[in-house]
Amino acid sequence: MSELETLRRKIRMQAISISLAITPFGVAFGALCTEAGLGTWEALGFSSLVFAGSSQFAAVTVLAEGGTIMAAVIAGLLLNLRSLAFGVAMAPSLQGSLLWRAITSQLMIDEATAVGSSQESQALRRYGYIWAGLSVFVLWNLMTWVGVTLLSGTGTLIQDLGIDATIPAAFLGLVWPKLSSKEHQVIAGVGAVVAFLLVPFVPPGIPVIAAAAAVLLLRPWEKRGSHE
Amino acid sequence: MSDAVVVMVALAAGTYTLKAFAPLVLSNKRVLPDWIKRFAMLLPTPLLAALVITSTFTSDDQIIFDARIAGVVAAMVALAKRVPFVLVIVIAAGVTALWRLVVGL
Repeated sequence: MSELETLRRKIRMQAISISLAITPFGVAFGALCTEAGLGTWEALGFSSLVFAGSSQFAAVTVLAEGGTIMAAVIAGLLLNLRSLAFGVAMAPSLQGSLLWRAITSQLMIDEATAVGSSQESQALRRYGYIWAGLSVFVLWNLMTWVGVTLLSGTGTLIQDLGIDATIPAAFLGLVWPKLSSKEHQVIAGVGAVVAFLLVPFVPPGIPVIAAAAAVLLLRPWEKRGSHE
Repeated sequence: MSDAVVVMVALAAGTYTLKAFAPLVLSNKRVLPDWIKRFAMLLPTPLLAALVITSTFTSDDQIIFDARIAGVVAAMVALAKRVPFVLVIVIAAGVTALWRLVVGL
């Protein structure tokens, strides 16, 4: 086996493990859609057309809690602002025809960017991005379908099996790796407290959007260290 | 059209714009100011933390304390012990189900 093929095989393994890791999250999303009263096609529409895990969860959670359309969309979009930054990081590795760039852009998610951007050369970055993006896309939609079909019309099964608790657990799993830095601990804590305090007083969805303001504490508009 | 479909279409359009902006418009030029990138990378942390809170403690627009808390605490312990993500989800569901069965709530 050539050295290139060894590297490619390693990348494919990374892509497959990362997509296996998100499968329970996909089932939980399907369950959430069922709880929120969405049908199979609506759930799959979110997973294929939006295709951005945490933001799909956020938008449907806001809907399930009875929030407005606007609150659901804003909560979802705020979570996805990071894909703008991912795009800047990955664009050099994704050059090609307009159609190619338009299609591959849909795969601009955390996992594809993580696998892609950790490779050495542009060609391998592109290879990792596409492999991770596509395998997550396939498994994510499959698991959404599994969640929504297995759990629809089952009455209290979601509560009986504790599946409703998989949603906060999934959010927790997503935020956990970020909490190794002090800065992130602070804004996570402030965001959590703000959301908790606001729930009784404002419409659903607004506590989450308001929590985003915690970022301002770190003054991201200043250059790192410049105010020291 | 149901509310869910309106949210799906609007969110899909907005999300695609964010995903495709750099590959389609900027191409190889890195012209986004650093502070925007930094801002974009920080945002998910407080949002996800807030979502942990609202999806643990709210039901019908009210703060409520129920079995989900036990599941989330168990998930927290599992994450601290570096248990794989798949198991964390299973543990959260299992502990919550058990709590409901034994304690009620």
